[in-house]
Amino acid sequence: MSALSDLLRLDIASARKGLADKQFTARELTEAYLAAADDARALNGFITETPDQALADADAADARLLAGNATAMTGMPIAQKDLFCTEGIRTTAASKILGDFTPPYESTVSGKLKADGAVLLGKANLDEFAMGSANITSAFGPVTNPWTPEGAAAPLTPGGSSGGSAALVAAGAAIAATGTDTGGSIRQPAALCGVVGLKPTYGRCSRWGVVAFASSLDQPGPITRSVRDAAIMLGSMAGHDPKDSTSASAAPVDFEAALAGGVKSMRVGVPREYRADGMPAEIDALWQEGIEMAKAAGAEIVDVSLPMTKMALPAYYIVALAEASSNLARYDGVRYCAREDGNDLTEMYSNTRGTGFGEEVRRRILIGTYVLSAGYYDAYYKQAQKVRTLIANDFNAAFNDVDVLLTPTTPSAAFAAGDVDDPVAMYMNDIFTVPASMAGLPGMSVPAGLSAEGLPLGLQIIGKPFDEASVLQMGQAIEDAAGFDKTPRLLAGAKS
Amino acid sequence: MSTIEGQDGAWEMVIGLETHAQVASKAKLFSSASAAFGGAPNDHVAFLDAGMPGMLPVINQRCVEAAVLSGFGMNSTINLKSIFDRKNYFYPDLPLGYQISQFSDPIVSGGWLDIELEGGETKRIGVTRLHLEQDAGKSIHDQDPYRTLVDLNRAGVGLMEIVSEPDIGSAEEAAAYVTKLRAILRYLGVCDGNMEEGSLRCDVNLSMRRPGDELGTRCEIKNVNSIRFIREAIEFEARRQVEVLEDGGAIVQETRLFDPDRGETRSMRSKEESHDYRYFPDPDLPPLVLEQSYVDELRAGMPELPDAKKTRFVTELGLTSYDADVLTADRDNALYFEAAADGRDAKTVANWVTGEVFGRLNKNDVSINTAPVPAAELGALVDMIKSGKISGRQAKEAFEAMWAEGKPAQTVVDELGLSQISDDSAIEALVDQVMQANMDKVEEYRGGKPKLIGFFVGQVMKASKGQANPASVNAMLKAKLDG
Repeated sequence: MSALSDLLRLDIASARKGLADKQFTARELTEAYLAAADDARALNGFITETPDQALADADAADARLLAGNATAMTGMPIAQKDLFCTEGIRTTAASKILGDFTPPYESTVSGKLKADGAVLLGKANLDEFAMGSANITSAFGPVTNPWTPEGAAAPLTPGGSSGGSAALVAAGAAIAATGTDTGGSIRQPAALCGVVGLKPTYGRCSRWGVVAFASSLDQPGPITRSVRDAAIMLGSMAGHDPKDSTSASAAPVDFEAALAGGVKSMRVGVPREYRADGMPAEIDALWQEGIEMAKAAGAEIVDVSLPMTKMALPAYYIVALAEASSNLARYDGVRYCAREDGNDLTEMYSNTRGTGFGEEVRRRILIGTYVLSAGYYDAYYKQAQKVRTLIANDFNAAFNDVDVLLTPTTPSAAFAAGDVDDPVAMYMNDIFTVPASMAGLPGMSVPAGLSAEGLPLGLQIIGKPFDEASVLQMGQAIEDAAGFDKTPRLLAGAKS
Repeated sequence: MSTIEGQDGAWEMVIGLETHAQVASKAKLFSSASAAFGGAPNDHVAFLDAGMPGMLPVINQRCVEAAVLSGFGMNSTINLKSIFDRKNYFYPDLPLGYQISQFSDPIVSGGWLDIELEGGETKRIGVTRLHLEQDAGKSIHDQDPYRTLVDLNRAGVGLMEIVSEPDIGSAEEAAAYVTKLRAILRYLGVCDGNMEEGSLRCDVNLSMRRPGDELGTRCEIKNVNSIRFIREAIEFEARRQVEVLEDGGAIVQETRLFDPDRGETRSMRSKEESHDYRYFPDPDLPPLVLEQSYVDELRAGMPELPDAKKTRFVTELGLTSYDADVLTADRDNALYFEAAADGRDAKTVANWVTGEVFGRLNKNDVSINTAPVPAAELGALVDMIKSGKISGRQAKEAFEAMWAEGKPAQTVVDELGLSQISDDSAIEALVDQVMQANMDKVEEYRGGKPKLIGFFVGQVMKASKGQANPASVNAMLKAKLDG
């Protein structure tokens, strides 16, 4: 058997081989992760750990391996973002308001992974109700980015909202994790933690059983250590779900097999509007390197224009928050949740929601309520929906000419919580990820280099609707060319 | 338009109705929980209906079908693309914090239905729209001294909200409109129309004006759940508004409640306190898109509706307009009549159904579907009259027994020994016997008193103990007396 730390460095594709070749068992793999739990705890990556469940899952996986009916995810110790409802396991959405809510049902996506034999290590920390870009709005405390340098004055944030998921995967505390992406919540933390994050096309993965933030934008996806892993895990998560009316009936795709397609003569668009004012030189430089990598791999670079890009962020914050204000109305203390009593109904609502929701969630509910109010609806919500259509039109036009788009994922490397104290400045983190969200397009962040301070930076590949295959192919080319093999300072199991 | 008299001149009522009709469906509008009436509290509740995190709505095809059929029943336009919106407000019996409804783009728009007024006149009432929406749960305030209890069995049940134009001018017209709408929905099988169980209920919008004036300010009376209450609510509210206006006051636009015990309407909340519902398209539900072929298929499968049935009963079966109206007002009555009249004289059967059958239904308070005399047996009885086997009087006697004992016509006729003498030779013998015994009357008749024929018929019938066929007796007597 390999040393524990070696097991913790494997990606899904290598672990699959190790299990198939009987180099180790699923139980051994899982025990390695459980043994490193203290290190993960230092990052506050989990809200709930499920070691007993993990061992039971691992034994079931070993039985399947023995019986010869294992799938690619069988025996893979993963974390589920704590936005996915898990049957019999507390689900918090990182909010106090849900109290000890324990769902009597399993979300479609987590259920699919479970059915494929994945091992559940626990429920990953996140921004409260997936609202945030730094994982600092969690009622269960912030998550530390494992790339935080020695002696840093304050820990770096892992990004958000899937900050726990990205940090755990980067630190070797979970082989992979689920995330959800509304405006960048998979791609941005993946970039800031130096891992791969894939937001599929809206409708590719079912939203049933996922606590909703903004229904027209939310999309589950994988956070992994390699592009191949993202392809494998997406294959397990994707598929039509009759329980989600917005789930697409697109035919199933063997995403892993699609990787072999390569990028020769693929046309890669570089949108000039993404050259944001004040883009740090190192982000621009990384982008140029990415362009060169694509070229070197045989792709053709095309300059494209997406004129509505600068309207995407404000429009996103109207649409997403409008939906959120309505989606979060059900947390009223009447049926489940932590109720705070009052002298009358209104006071009970007010007390329950006033104390149950954190500051950022309250801010977003207020903004969302405002933009839907009589007299403001046309000026805000309706206008934002028009912008959304125009953004989609921009992408459609660009995709007449190119197969994928290549951009930076974030405008900066990881930052400390105190570095961004203004909510609007925090919203700017999503500037490169939000346009694809508004158009429902697939997007993936792949680690491609390091900042001057030695922090990971990601490149984003955006594809046509339901063409995750091209996104994965280009991602694979960037991954191969970048040869990103750096590991964070805080690594699980490093001392063993 | 009828008017009502105030202290100083006439006033006109302007009424529009919003009718909520529960779709006759096993499941709710967006969940698979049972939509059945009753059940233990919170027994018919899916995770979605309780507003559990991450639960999503999926449209019930049956409810879409019901809306389309209803649209056809009201001569409306079926919109191939409609949109579900969220109507946001907080209330304990509204678990999601919003009701899924259709606001700007309903599934059905426009249309009309004709109502029958006193004296056989008809009036056309415009229909503005029909849309699908969820019902709310029930808050129970009187079972616990300190707490309000919530029953979510109704939460999420599919409703069709049908909005009329303000074309209704009196309580009678409102009653006729609801009666007609209910009949159409029941014919289509899309709503059981049971007002007591709340399957059909109305919001009444009413304002008053001087004839020819602009529309006045209206009040909305919520959730009136019987036709009688609709009448009473309108009559009370009209008088109330006239009094306010004639005292120089102004009507406050508000929502009112009808109290059936006191027969009055009371203020619930004013417009100032009304909610801002923040309607927006439900992002969990893509626009509802119907294929033209699907809509055409539903249209082709439409049953005959009351108006068409009534016209056919008059033109093809020769019924009076009045009988046709009475027989078609309810689908089950009409089907009973048609089954009984199949292959028989429609007028005779119509008389039996509207007379004997309806009379006993009302008296015993039973529905036609549980009537002890099924349509086929009524038909068999009518056949016996037609063939001369029994007389009309005997048939009534037989019907009485059939209703009381639930036995077939033949059995009852046999048991009672009912039969009439149609045998010519037997009748001839009786005729001869009566003529011989009354030769003086025979002379009088022949001398120019033809009215005496009635006396002879009576004597012969008496002699036959009522069993002779009166028509045969009549014919035989005429032949003998005139010969």
